[in-house]
Amino acid sequence: MTAKRRKAASPHPHDALLRTDRIPHIWCSGCGVGTVFGSVLTAIQKSGLPPDDIAMVSGIGCTGRMAGYLNLDSFHTTHGRAIPFATGLKLARPQTSVLVASGDGDLFAIGGNHFIHAARRNMDLTIICVNNFNYGMTGGQMAPSTPFGAKTTTSRIGNCEEPFNFCSLAAECGAVYVARWTSLHIRWITDSICEAMQKKGFSFVEILAPCATNFGKRNRIGGAVELAKFFHERSVIRNHIDPKEAVLDFNKHLVVGKFVDIDRPTFMDNYELINRREMENWPGLEGKKLRPAAPVQG
Amino acid sequence: MARGAVLTGTYFMNGDEACCEGALAAGCRFFAAYPITPATEVAERMSERLPEVGGIFIQMEDELASMAAILGASWGGTKAMTSTSGPGFSLMLENIGLGLCTETPCVVCNVQRAGPSTGLPTLVGQADMMQARWGAHGHYEAIAVSPSSPQEMFDFTVWAFNLSEQYRLPVIILADEVVGHMTERVVIPLADDIEVVDRKKPKVPPGKYLPYHPDPDGVAPMATAGEGYRVHVSGLTHDERGYPVMNEVAQEEMIDRLVQKVRRNVDRIIRYDTFLMDDAELAVVAYGISVRSAKRAAAEARKRGIKAGVVKLNTIWPFPEDMIRDLAGRVRALIMPEINYGQMVLELERCAAGLCPVRLVPHAGGAIIQPERILAALEVAAKETA
Repeated sequence: MTAKRRKAASPHPHDALLRTDRIPHIWCSGCGVGTVFGSVLTAIQKSGLPPDDIAMVSGIGCTGRMAGYLNLDSFHTTHGRAIPFATGLKLARPQTSVLVASGDGDLFAIGGNHFIHAARRNMDLTIICVNNFNYGMTGGQMAPSTPFGAKTTTSRIGNCEEPFNFCSLAAECGAVYVARWTSLHIRWITDSICEAMQKKGFSFVEILAPCATNFGKRNRIGGAVELAKFFHERSVIRNHIDPKEAVLDFNKHLVVGKFVDIDRPTFMDNYELINRREMENWPGLEGKKLRPAAPVQG
Repeated sequence: MARGAVLTGTYFMNGDEACCEGALAAGCRFFAAYPITPATEVAERMSERLPEVGGIFIQMEDELASMAAILGASWGGTKAMTSTSGPGFSLMLENIGLGLCTETPCVVCNVQRAGPSTGLPTLVGQADMMQARWGAHGHYEAIAVSPSSPQEMFDFTVWAFNLSEQYRLPVIILADEVVGHMTERVVIPLADDIEVVDRKKPKVPPGKYLPYHPDPDGVAPMATAGEGYRVHVSGLTHDERGYPVMNEVAQEEMIDRLVQKVRRNVDRIIRYDTFLMDDAELAVVAYGISVRSAKRAAAEARKRGIKAGVVKLNTIWPFPEDMIRDLAGRVRALIMPEINYGQMVLELERCAAGLCPVRLVPHAGGAIIQPERILAALEVAAKETA
């Protein structure tokens, strides 16, 4: 069996980065994942990095299927474990720019512990989270992102739990880059992924995406068009605010923007420093955590 | 002063430390683990040794992450290992399954303690034997080896890496608390005298490469990240391109490949040793720390006129079916001591197929099996089969 390439009359600029023999994809019409994936591909092209030095790791779920369509080294792992898998890949091959693309359930419910620790370590990864406010792949169950009161197949009367603010969580845990957009903010998403890929350290880009099949319908927001309209009307850009203040209130505003862009040594920076015996003795280190990153050799 | 990867020389070293040195000698340069008794010493030594040889040690947030990280590192082109004990091994099974499905070489050292659950954290058990074989969901073949001494912790860790690289799967070292914590003489040979196997690499250009198309030996060459092959690796059922295919044909092809690459090579994989077996009428079949009790018991039995011998299983999985069947036709009885209430003895009974009686010397865990108990079993068996 060999990979058959469908020859289009005029190739799309993204074709080289797509496993076109796997198209059509599995995503529903009206889904936001495709838009985000398009932005990822543009960002990869803009990065100017050699394609063989970029890899994508994803977990399980609708967004988890991104890795399967990307024509680069790509890894579709177990539910919740994309970040630790990516950690091993990055540390074994530091020259690779590792993107992790997954959903809100994968990254923050089953994979929540890995997310917070990778952020704490400042592992040099770019995390792209498509937040569709529910578990889409399994038919629309409640997730750690589901708004209070929202209806899902496992919260039929209404969700009795409060959701996470992922951006605030990422910032609190030590992420050096944190941004949130809706899937309508195509250029902002692309720019943020570009910036995140350039950034050394744990970067987090959250994209609020419509799930027309499950979330939109069940919560009477409507289908793809109505959800897009909803995001368009409710989203407000507030750059550089404290991500704690960047709340998602479906009755008022969905706050988006770039919230965090700081520098702090990565895991590898400090690993090399300490093993070269060049790190100061503890506790003299106190208060010096934000030293500029040391150049990495090789 | 920084030391090299192969610490050639003679040492007084415990099993966990010897495991670490074996890994380094085999070329391991990435280690991710979570502390757990009685495997912690492997991680402790790795944390010191890996930076000396330009490798990476990382203490992960749990065993789920540790196992996922070594798979990622293996796809990054590095030989990788983790170590754990029962409760952590249970968590690792999720991504051991991913490693089996994606044919990822790596090594998992399980220094067994008594269970179930938290059990006896500091005391010996040999009760994860079936878990190592069937613990991850789905059908597959597993490779597991069982060392009986610190020297074998070194030797078998090198061997486990070689098996994992050769057959592209996570290989399990089924050690136990006593072997891990016991300190004995360990001889580390010259680097040149240590056989090290590396994974096969593709010989065709990227456009022609099928990541899961096996060679005649059943194993596919492995391209890793950054080599230009743009691999897609998925835990979904996949075809030879690595692409997900959701149907029974693809499933059968994939499972057949996972199974046959081991089954077809059992003669190359399986190893065992024998003691006093030349004229033995009764055979004690043992593994891990229980081998040492068995040897003592057999020597004692000989003094009492019972022709006993010991078969030491170095490979646990795949189980040496042909050897046991042959043995069962030659001896009057088989006796298996194990620190559980009967796991590998089920395999022994299956393979003996009624050709001779099979007797279990069980132990619930917390201590090694006293040689006297095996000796007693030998005496009973001698009487019964006289």
